Order: sequence, then C-alpha cells, then structure tokens
Amino acid sequence: MPQATLAREPQANIDDAGGEVRATLAGRWTAEHAPLVEAHAQALAEAAQASRRVIVDLSGVERLDTLGAWVLDRTRHDLGQLGYAADFVGARPEHNILLNEVAYRGFQPQPPPRRSGFTDFLADIGQAVSRAGRDFMGGIGFLGEFSLALVRVLSRPARFRGKALINQLEQVAYRGVPIIVLISFLVGCIVAQQGIFQLQRFGATTFVVNLIGILILRELAVLLTSIMVAGRSGSAITAEIGSMQMREEIDALRVMGLDPIEVLIVPRILALILGLPLLTFLSALSALFGGGVTAWIYGDISPDVFLSQLQASIAMNTFLVGLIKAPFMALVIGIIAAIEGLAVEGSAESLGRRVTSAVVKGIFMVIVLDGVFAIFFAAIRY
Amino acid sequence: MLDRVSPLRDDPHREAVIRVRGVEVAFGERKVLDGLDLDVYRGEILGFVGPSGGGKSVLTRTILGLVRKQAGSIEVFGEDLDELSPASRRAVERRWGVLFQMGALFSALTVKQNVQVPMREYLNLSGRLLDELAMLKIEMVGLKPDAADKLPSELSGGMIKRASLARSLALDPEILFLDEPTSGLDPIGAGEFDDLIATLQRTLGLTVFMVTHDLDSLHTVCDRIAALGQGKVIAAGAIDEMLASEHPWVKSYFHGKRARAVMAAGA
Repeated sequence: MPQATLAREPQANIDDAGGEVRATLAGRWTAEHAPLVEAHAQALAEAAQASRRVIVDLSGVERLDTLGAWVLDRTRHDLGQLGYAADFVGARPEHNILLNEVAYRGFQPQPPPRRSGFTDFLADIGQAVSRAGRDFMGGIGFLGEFSLALVRVLSRPARFRGKALINQLEQVAYRGVPIIVLISFLVGCIVAQQGIFQLQRFGATTFVVNLIGILILRELAVLLTSIMVAGRSGSAITAEIGSMQMREEIDALRVMGLDPIEVLIVPRILALILGLPLLTFLSALSALFGGGVTAWIYGDISPDVFLSQLQASIAMNTFLVGLIKAPFMALVIGIIAAIEGLAVEGSAESLGRRVTSAVVKGIFMVIVLDGVFAIFFAAIRY
Repeated sequence: MLDRVSPLRDDPHREAVIRVRGVEVAFGERKVLDGLDLDVYRGEILGFVGPSGGGKSVLTRTILGLVRKQAGSIEVFGEDLDELSPASRRAVERRWGVLFQMGALFSALTVKQNVQVPMREYLNLSGRLLDELAMLKIEMVGLKPDAADKLPSELSGGMIKRASLARSLALDPEILFLDEPTSGLDPIGAGEFDDLIATLQRTLGLTVFMVTHDLDSLHTVCDRIAALGQGKVIAAGAIDEMLASEHPWVKSYFHGKRARAVMAAGA
C-alpha cells in the first residue's frame, strides 16, 4: 500500500541521562510495523534495566493502534513487575483513551492438551468401540420405534401417507433406474469377459454362463443396487431430514402433535423396501443381458445357447436368494440414513459429516449383511 | 425535501471518508439504486434506514465491491474505487471492517482463529503477539476469554455478533460497516451492543456505517441518519432533522407508533 511505504516507521530514541532513561517515540506505532514495534519495546525494556526510572515521551507518535498501545503497555507492565517505574508522558488525548482501554492484562494461556501418543491411541480405539456399540444399540432402538410407527400407521390406514410414499418411490426407485441399469450392464459385461478369458484355458467357455448366471442373481445384482441406493438415496434421506432438523422443522412437526417418524421416515423407508427389490430385479436383467452380449462377442456363445445353458444352470432359488436380501438391505440403509439425519446439529458442517457417515455406514452394513446372508443360505443349503 | 440533503452533501468542514455519487444498481429490469448520493464523514456513526428490500444492504455491498454498479462513482478515503489497481484496492479493503448480518464467522475455526485470519494474512506478528492481540480484541467486544476456543456453532446469537465484530476489528480498521448489528438480539443485548459500538467508535476513532431497523440504535448511537427511498437518499441529517422531515415515508417511520414510544422513552 502506498501509505505504508511512505509512512514513517516507528522510532524510539533512548537517552540515558543521570539515573533515568528518557525514551522519545516517533512515527507510526501500528500493526504494519509489528516486528519493529516489538523490537523497539524490547530495546526500551533492556535500556530500562540500567536505571530505576523510565519516562516514555509519546508526543511524537503519529499514529497509535491497538497493537502499538498493547505492546507499549505490556512493556510498562513488565517493567513494573521487575520493580522499575515507567511513565508515559505527552500522549495525545486519543492515544490516552486507547492506552487506557487496551491496558495490559495477562491472558491465561490455555494449557495445551496433554498428549501421549500411545494412551491417545488406546483411548481412540476405546472411544471408537464404545461409539460403535452405542450406534448398534441406537440402531436397534430406532428399528423398534420405526416398527411401532409402522404398526400404528397400518392399524389405521386412513393415516397412511400414500402420496408421500409414491413421491418417495419416484425419487428412490424410478429416478434410480437409468444409472443402476447402466452400471449393472457394464459389470455384467466385465464379469463375462474375465470369465471367458479364464475358462478358455480349460476349454470350458460355455460354463461362463453358469458363472454369470449364479454370480449375478445370487450376489452381484443385489449388492450393486444396494451400494448405489445407499449412495444415492441414503445420502438424500440424511440430507433432507438433517436440514429439516437444522431448521427446527422436525420440532415444528412434534409440537403440532405429528410424529416425525410416522410422517417423514416411514414413507421413506417403505419406499426403499419396495423400491430396492424392483431395482435389484432390473439390475439382474441388465447384468445378464450385458453378460449375454459379451459372451456372444468374445466367446462365440450364441443367444440360443446362452439362454438354454442359463436355464439349465439356475433354478428359482438362485433368483430368490438375491431378491430376498433386497428388502433387508433397504431397511438397513433407511434406518442408518434416518438416524444420521436426526443426529444433525446446528451447523452445515455437521450436516455434511452426517451425510458422509450415512453413506459409509450404509455401504459397510450392506456388505456385512450380505456376508451374514451368505453364511445363512449356506447353512440351510438353499 | 430533497433540498435538505444538499447542505449536508457539501459540508466543507468535514472530511468525507466515503463519497457516493450517482450510483445505479439494477438487477435485471428492477432498479434498486437510482442515482444515489451519500457522504459519510470521518468519525461519525451514520445510521442508514429504509424499507425492507429497498436496497440498504445492496448499497453496502456495492461499496464493498460485492455487487457491481451500472453507473456512478464511489470514493473511499478520497480514492475512486474503480480506478484503483488491485493492490491499492486491497490496501483500502484493509482499512475497513465488515460485520455481516449473520456474523459470517468461518464455521470450521474457533473464535480466536477467526479473529486471527486477517492478522495472519496481512500482518507479520510474533506468535505471542498474535495470541495476545486476538485475545485483546475478543475482550474488547465483551466476550469472556473462554469463548475464544469455542466454535461458532457453540455460540449464542449475541456472542456470534460480538465475535464477528472482533474479527472485523482485527486490523484496526478506520471504517466499520455494520449490517443490521442488533437484529436478532433481545432489547438488553441490543442496547449493550449499541453501547459497545459507541465505546469502540470513541476509543478507536472509527467511522461507522450502520444499516439498521432498530429505532433505539438510531436514537441513541447514531450521529446522523440517512433514509433510502426509491433508490435515492430521501433525507439525511441528525435525528431532529429526520423528525422534522416532511417526506411521507420518513414521517411514518419516525412518527409511527413504535417510534413515538422510543422517543418518549428517550426524552
């Protein structure tokens, strides 16, 4: 800035005459010249050590701001602590007001938090475990609340919010169709291609049809769809409910005697439970189609052969294993999203954190649940 | 009554730190400011009033360079803002502080870190001085030291305003812009905030430009008031001159039921 370069720097002429130090200050004692201001104040403090009394003449100070006043008063205070008297003379009235207002006081420095790497590490683990435990218990509790609300709604169908359900179905299922169909098609192609390359070495190319049929119907379709829905709809539900929570809309519902779980969460979770199996079915069709196309191109398996081989390799239970899992996935995604949404606090930052957390927890739980189902179906040989 | 403005406009004895001439701002077809003239003199507290949605905040934002104007000129410290190089414009910006209506504290930083943002950016301070100065500003605005390490989400509305004021004072500005500083505060908190602004104005020699709706603030702390209407300043002057104004909007504003109560209490 032009003013700063032209401005006169702070100066302190220290004159040591007969037992008292007289310091004549001049220039601008302002924040732009902070290092100089501090250096001069330091020099002043050191010069004062030689005598008992210091007189600081401020009449030449052109400009004084809070920083200058603070440093000057701090120096006076420090000298006073050591038993030296320091007096300010000749200060202009406006500078005096500032010096009085800014009067030095010690700020208790906040004690830096005690850090020990190892104990902190252990404490973090402990906290994470107890938080996971609380989350789990909270999830079970919320499932109970949701079930109660569902029973209340179903026992009095007049209170059922059909329009909200349809609207949510559109958001969750209908609008999700294109992206889910597309990625399923691509994954179907990729799995088929890799299968063909590996099975060719054994001369068993046609078994690729068994591979993709079983893999897609039992696992891939429902997993892909659930992960996509957790990312798409889980985050949307958390964001919607979270922003309503932030603006006290949830509280507004409560004071009107409406149950937010009944009004907001039941339609959303029901839409997920109905929508996810539908999407899973479409995903399976699309992935099988992708696999079929790839098998035709890469493995010379004609559509006729593909279809008859598919019929021979899969049964109704292969199809059902995938589909049965879908509503449970939906329930887990919905419950997690709703809990995270209701846990949003005042700030937009907390909303962002909760949305991320809903997606991460949702996808994690979907995969865990899929593992549990795999063990279960293996145990009952289905 | 437009004549009332002109003697104030050309007051030769006082230095105008902000000089707005013929500013026009339009959003699409709608003209919000239409040839607005306004002077803010050094060392005064100017209260800026006007109907809701009338362009008070738009003028503030235009002076601050957040809204583009279609015509007119704005001089701050005698320098035309349009003709400044980016560097000298930044130098001017360093000499003003802004208190936004919602506080606009950075939500990821504590109060102290918020106050230190402009200091770190513009000043070369030692670590000790940086801490002490931030704490000093926090105390000057009447916050307790333990508020310094809190995040904005942990503060009440009044504390957010104070913390934001501390940040706007971080660089010892010469001009302070306040956008509805007392809105959302209870009358006691608003009164305290008014006193705080008056005290700081005296101590730091500030020039204050205050957009407000608060009749109490206008009455107690403002040296001069400017009223906005139809995109122009329709009246400006001390509170007595405003009370004497014949302009219908000014009249209903300062002689309404609420205004009479304030004046009666103040008298």
